[in-house]
Amino acid sequence: MLDAEFFCRWLTLAASWVERDADRLTALDSPIGDADHGSNLLRGFRAVIATLDEQHPDTPGAVLAVAGRRLVSTVGGASGPLYGTLLRRTGKALGDAVEVDRDELAEALRTGVDAVAGLGGATPGDKTMLDALVPAATALRTSFAAAREAAEQGALATTPMLARKGRASYVGERSIGHQDPGATSSALLVAALAETAGASGEEDTSGE
Amino acid sequence: MSEAGGTTGGQRPPAPGPDAPGEGTGQVGIVLVSHSATVASAVAELAVGLAGGGATAPVAPAGGTEGGGMGTSAELIAAAAAQVDRGAGVAVLADLGSAVLTVKALIAEGEDLPEHTRLIDAPFVEGAIAAMVTASAGAPLDAVAAAATEAYDYRKE
Repeated sequence: MLDAEFFCRWLTLAASWVERDADRLTALDSPIGDADHGSNLLRGFRAVIATLDEQHPDTPGAVLAVAGRRLVSTVGGASGPLYGTLLRRTGKALGDAVEVDRDELAEALRTGVDAVAGLGGATPGDKTMLDALVPAATALRTSFAAAREAAEQGALATTPMLARKGRASYVGERSIGHQDPGATSSALLVAALAETAGASGEEDTSGE
Repeated sequence: MSEAGGTTGGQRPPAPGPDAPGEGTGQVGIVLVSHSATVASAVAELAVGLAGGGATAPVAPAGGTEGGGMGTSAELIAAAAAQVDRGAGVAVLADLGSAVLTVKALIAEGEDLPEHTRLIDAPFVEGAIAAMVTASAGAPLDAVAAAATEAYDYRKE
């Protein structure tokens, strides 16, 4: 079962991976965006970790709600409200449960991903974070590892796409050939989730 | 920190008459959210200037990040909205991207912003002027929003 501690470990690992990959994310954002994705997310995740350390939310839903709120208020770019909405809505869908299983997380994540789609107006194929998140949410019903694989494949698949949303859409055809930074950071977050689950022996605790 | 400065109509507007329109007691407040603090405050200044004399509606810019960089700050938006809220609703105009998404996310979560805060689908500069003129005349939020949105129809050729 996944408790508040698990979700804190996930976000802590995600923050360290954002730290590690910040330059790469910003580099991806340079040809088609405004070259701030890595630094924006880094600022946001540092604030998330500081707030979690301070507040110690005691349910999975509360951890995600607190984290999402911090992302909205600290990131400063579009990824703030988008990831913030993802975490807050996922957290809200988990309710007050002290522990949740993978199936419940998969269902809640679907709610969160739908909220992201509603906020930004994008659909899969538009070269956005949804290209990683939508397949990941579906695959999470199978396993954490499957979600990670689906998110990573989804991010890679954005390379040949034409951007239809956000800043990258302004560069039109020139967006083709670049992997989307938002899909890349989404894959990173899902990979950190799977890594945390693997390290916690959670991979087989639910579902099948 | 983007200060509202002289463009806010910092003084409270005069008390509305008995037949004052609006959902509350005062004029509709206007918040201008831009990636750039300079753009947000300059558009606020322009809107006040073009709204003519008299008591203009309260307006506050929320431009850039708190650190003074390019981007969007949820905190600056919330502070600006609180500053212009007179109980008649707050009309928020945003330039693009994260400015729009941040306002939408804040409104969707139903916290941090005054009741009856609405993101207006409008061109940033022309919409701000239309909203300012309408709000200064004491119109309710619906009318302010409609006027700002109608600014899309103003052709230049």
